[in-house]
Amino acid sequence: MAKTLYEKIWNSHFITQDKDAPALLYVDLHLVHEVTSPQAFASLKDKNIPVLRTNRAYITVDHAIPTVNQDKIDDPQAKTMVETIRKNAKENNIKMFDLDSGKQGIVHVIGPELGLTQPGMVIVCGDSHTSTHGAFGALAFGIGTSEVEQVLATQCLLQAKAKTMQIDVSGKLQKGVTAKDVILYIIKEIGVGGGIGSVVEYTGDTIHAMNMEERMTICNMSIEAGAKAGLISPDEVTLEYLKGREFTPKGDEFDRVSKKWLEYATDKDAEFDKSVFIKAEDIKPMITYGTNPGMSVPIDGSVPTLESAKNETDREMIEKALKYMNLTPGQKMLGQKINNVFIGSCTNSRITDMRAAAAVVKGKKVAPNVQAIVVPGSQQAKKQAEAEGLDVIFKDAGFEWREAGCSSCLAMNADKVPPGNYCVSTSNRNFEGRQGPNSRTLLASPITAAAAALSGCIVDPRDFI
Amino acid sequence: MEKFVTFSSKVVPLAADNVDTDQIIPARYLTSIVKSGFGEGLFHDWRFKSDGTVNESFVLNQPQHKNAKILLAKQNFGCGSSREHAAWALLDYGFKVVIASSFGDIFKMNSGKNGLLTIQLSEDQIAELFTAIEAVPGTQVTVNLEEQKVCVAHLCYQFEYDAFRKMCLVNGYDDLEYMRSKAKLVEQYEKADSK
Repeated sequence: MAKTLYEKIWNSHFITQDKDAPALLYVDLHLVHEVTSPQAFASLKDKNIPVLRTNRAYITVDHAIPTVNQDKIDDPQAKTMVETIRKNAKENNIKMFDLDSGKQGIVHVIGPELGLTQPGMVIVCGDSHTSTHGAFGALAFGIGTSEVEQVLATQCLLQAKAKTMQIDVSGKLQKGVTAKDVILYIIKEIGVGGGIGSVVEYTGDTIHAMNMEERMTICNMSIEAGAKAGLISPDEVTLEYLKGREFTPKGDEFDRVSKKWLEYATDKDAEFDKSVFIKAEDIKPMITYGTNPGMSVPIDGSVPTLESAKNETDREMIEKALKYMNLTPGQKMLGQKINNVFIGSCTNSRITDMRAAAAVVKGKKVAPNVQAIVVPGSQQAKKQAEAEGLDVIFKDAGFEWREAGCSSCLAMNADKVPPGNYCVSTSNRNFEGRQGPNSRTLLASPITAAAAALSGCIVDPRDFI
Repeated sequence: MEKFVTFSSKVVPLAADNVDTDQIIPARYLTSIVKSGFGEGLFHDWRFKSDGTVNESFVLNQPQHKNAKILLAKQNFGCGSSREHAAWALLDYGFKVVIASSFGDIFKMNSGKNGLLTIQLSEDQIAELFTAIEAVPGTQVTVNLEEQKVCVAHLCYQFEYDAFRKMCLVNGYDDLEYMRSKAKLVEQYEKADSK
């Protein structure tokens, strides 16, 4: 019978299932960072349970670390977290990509970059944006700290089978429309709870025409629609990306596993529980106006009016969001003044994101009164950008060029957006206070963010490319 | 984990959709490396104004809801970040149950693993509960997990709950022991997979 990618991965990782119990699923790769793991390691130590497969876990630091002067962490709590994870890595004999490794970065940037992320795998991490790795045709999802502990102890997870949902995007994207715009459009269409209980597979020629970094941007935000995971069937583009990476097999072995990887792709006649079809031509550059990632409009569109609400609940939600954002119902997004620009995060901090932003910025200046920062997703991405001279372009324009980390995406480090400020951000969440207490986030693509930095207000990125 | 026993309590009606885990506990409160003490950060930026004073208008701060063990919300409660600190914070503050019309998947899993019961009811039932509780603040609601029932006065709602998770909650089991009992099967799987 024809099967989906999800069903194939499920079947190949299924260990056992008792009556009235969830299935036990094998985990191939466990990525670990400093914030959601200390309690898991401490609990195992208390129970005197060892880590079962030390070679299937990899550690880095990304969430709490500063993006300037990383060798000297001032915040005592961040320092404790980093010291704790170093100790846990050492005591448990787990490989760590530390700040001095040259390979540190956001977990969801370094996993693929190092070739740890491979098709057909089950990948977990104590972070909801683990869905990013689904771009490679892996079943990848975020877990809590209790499950981090369980994976460390057993290399397994208890899982109920999810529903399958196909989101098909076909046709040619318009100029200036990026993967970020596609995923913001999808979330708006299906809603922030639209994917609850489902594993999404993105299909269609638009998706498969994307490079791996664009695919990662798409899969990264699957969780913002509530989906358990977001996957793309592996193809030649996937193989091309993985070839020669540090942890991918080499030579004949690569050819052998490549064949196996491609077999994971969803079969032609496989059926999904639900399908959504989207025309690429309908998508414009998008920007959010509200306080969840589903509250977006085309860049040349207007903030909704209260009268346009579908029902009372919707009206209350729009009213509350606009009050927080201090935006007027019905106003145009174009021309809205902004204070900060953040180019970074596990959604948009890879080399192609930085190239696209740099192309907009080259030879121009950041508007007065705008603080703009670029935070590469990893030390390797930063090095690559510097080799291409992108850092000079950004710095000449007035951007700050930072060290790798999660930075201003979640405000649990020094990179906070001041209260009341509007920040055009390439990250994934515009929740209240996400970038700092009372910060106002406008999610957009790297080129939209770069163009806004130069203009001091929201502008149409299509005028800049 | 404590055994989940039937209890009655007042309910805090939090009339909001899509309450994300960044609201339940902002990231800046995640810097502790132990599991306790997160109640302090619970709904921090809704409970307190930016000058640090108490926001009297926020439902959790209203005196009639003091010591409530049940939180009532609308759809997609606990969406967003995977931080288990959200479940820890709710428990630490004193909640034992969250009732909503849907939940973020990771939040639901994290809650179950810590003994915080998530009850999913239909949107209509949720609306009825809000009406009942807002009409008479301080109304007692009874939660019976064994019978999978939520009752307010004479009105009772049946709810679905995963059989395995129910067994864990009712008996106070940590499912890690169950998982470890399958170690041999895991080893066999690994051997077969490496061929």
